Amino acid sequence: MIELIQLVLYGVVLGSIITLGAIGVSLVFGILRFAHFAHGDMMTLGAYFAFVGYVTIGLPFWLAFPVAAAAAAGVAVLIDQTIYKRLRRSDPVILLISAFGMALILRSLVQIIWGPSNLVYASGIQLPIRIGDLRIKEDHFYIVGGALVLVIGLHLFLTRTTMGKAMRAMADNVDLARISGVNTEKVVIWTWVIAGVMAAAAGIFLAMDTRLHPVMGWRILLSVFAAAIVGGIGRPYGAIAGGMVIGISEEVSTLFINPSYKAAVSFAILVAVLIYKPTGIVGARR
Amino acid sequence: MSLLAIEDLYGGYGGADILSGVRLTVDPGEIVVIIGPNGAGKSTAMKSVFGLITVRQGRITFDGKDITRLPTQQIVRHGICYVPQTNNVFTSLTVHENLEMGAYVRRDNYAGQFDKVYDLFPPLRERRNRPAGHLSGGQRQMVAMGRALMMEPRLLLVDEPTAGLAPLFIDQIFQIVKDVNRLGIAVLMVEQNAKKALAIAHRGYVLTLGRNRHEDTGPNLLADREVAEMFLGG
Ligand SMILES: Nc1ncnc2c1ncn2[C@@H]1O[C@H](COP(=O)(O)OP(=O)(O)OP(=O)(O)O)[C@@H](O)[C@H]1O
Ligand SMILES: [Mg+2]
Repeated sequence: MIELIQLVLYGVVLGSIITLGAIGVSLVFGILRFAHFAHGDMMTLGAYFAFVGYVTIGLPFWLAFPVAAAAAAGVAVLIDQTIYKRLRRSDPVILLISAFGMALILRSLVQIIWGPSNLVYASGIQLPIRIGDLRIKEDHFYIVGGALVLVIGLHLFLTRTTMGKAMRAMADNVDLARISGVNTEKVVIWTWVIAGVMAAAAGIFLAMDTRLHPVMGWRILLSVFAAAIVGGIGRPYGAIAGGMVIGISEEVSTLFINPSYKAAVSFAILVAVLIYKPTGIVGARR
Repeated sequence: MSLLAIEDLYGGYGGADILSGVRLTVDPGEIVVIIGPNGAGKSTAMKSVFGLITVRQGRITFDGKDITRLPTQQIVRHGICYVPQTNNVFTSLTVHENLEMGAYVRRDNYAGQFDKVYDLFPPLRERRNRPAGHLSGGQRQMVAMGRALMMEPRLLLVDEPTAGLAPLFIDQIFQIVKDVNRLGIAVLMVEQNAKKALAIAHRGYVLTLGRNRHEDTGPNLLADREVAEMFLGG
């Protein structure tokens, strides 16, 4: 029983990380209608940006984090404006392939710049805090707390600001948004800013929980996409539910199967959802 | 001078022309109705004003300014609002958010406009926080028109606002169109309920096969034998 609770706690941590990635995937899909396969590598890049700020330059972590997030957002916008923008009117498959290519480019760049081996933000072992028989690392509080703050911030942005409402409107009905005077290119840029910030946060949290590696984001991409689809792709709120379902399932599954098959669990859930409720668990998109 | 003028317009959706020489004007303060058989190009003519089709030839002016190839998102700034025939509300946004989107380009203080729209459509006031997708067809149509009216436009384009509605709602919608017009807003409306629509119209156009077929005052079109046979049920 204790072990199950312990795994659920780990699942919430993993779920928080996956959620942040899935929100970006879902937002981008809602606005641009394509599956952004480079999202995992964008997470990786964000994590390495924080490494530069925190370790290389020596900024305090509370500063390195937003700087890395801003840099990742900048890169996301830059990629969009230089590459994806030219393909807006082409077949979604073309965009998908170009995103796949972008994933390879980002991953190689990370490897060229920072090398193929593991890096860490802080060396040494962090002793877990014990609550009864449960063990929780201090970092886990930061990860879950940070994800919570970002999700609440996103919610306020989407429901309280004009740009946030325009974003939801555009995801809902592009033509009507244009008819209402929404500058869709501006919304697209904001979408990448948010997706970039969320991806960087996910990458940094993932690196805090494990370590930095050039394929860290690529390896978690399947879980991120599974979460976005399980939550109903194009619906950022669904991504939260999807992220938690995938994160907790992956961790709890290690009770029964070899942990190296974790990703297979997300894949199985993904396939099951696609078969039985293709619009996602949070309800159909009208 | 006409408020809106569509001059000899040819165009469509990239393939063959759907519109082959449409001419149409709306004067300030007028109600103008377009009728015609299914597929005549009525909706396409409305879309042309909002830059949603490819114009091959011809010109559209509003208030003397050429708006023919302006991007869709800029049209509303000139004071024209458009209620499309289908998918005319943001289903996942609340009623109130739909109205807010209607005022998206306004930078002045438009807080009072919400009350005016809710007064025009009382059922929306109590449902302001419901997603528009949860409303009935008639109420959705109210949201769609309310969204357009948030701009206080000089010209309102409405495409078949009564399609699929019960008779009671149909009369309500026509009454609202009259009320809106009384505020000084010109209305260009596509309608299948030709009789009722022409009865409130100053002028009307009959469109067939992407061309003007007839053009006359509302009462004259109502009295026309051919129009009666084609659209008014004998
Ligand atoms: N998005 C589109 N792409 C390609 N062709 C279209 C599109 N929309 C309409 N058409 C075609 O253009 C022609 C005119 O359509 P339009 O919708 O303007 O007719 P309408 O007069 O509004 O008819 P209805 O009374 O049924 O609304 C039709 O032949 C239709 O098939
Ligand atoms: Mg039509």
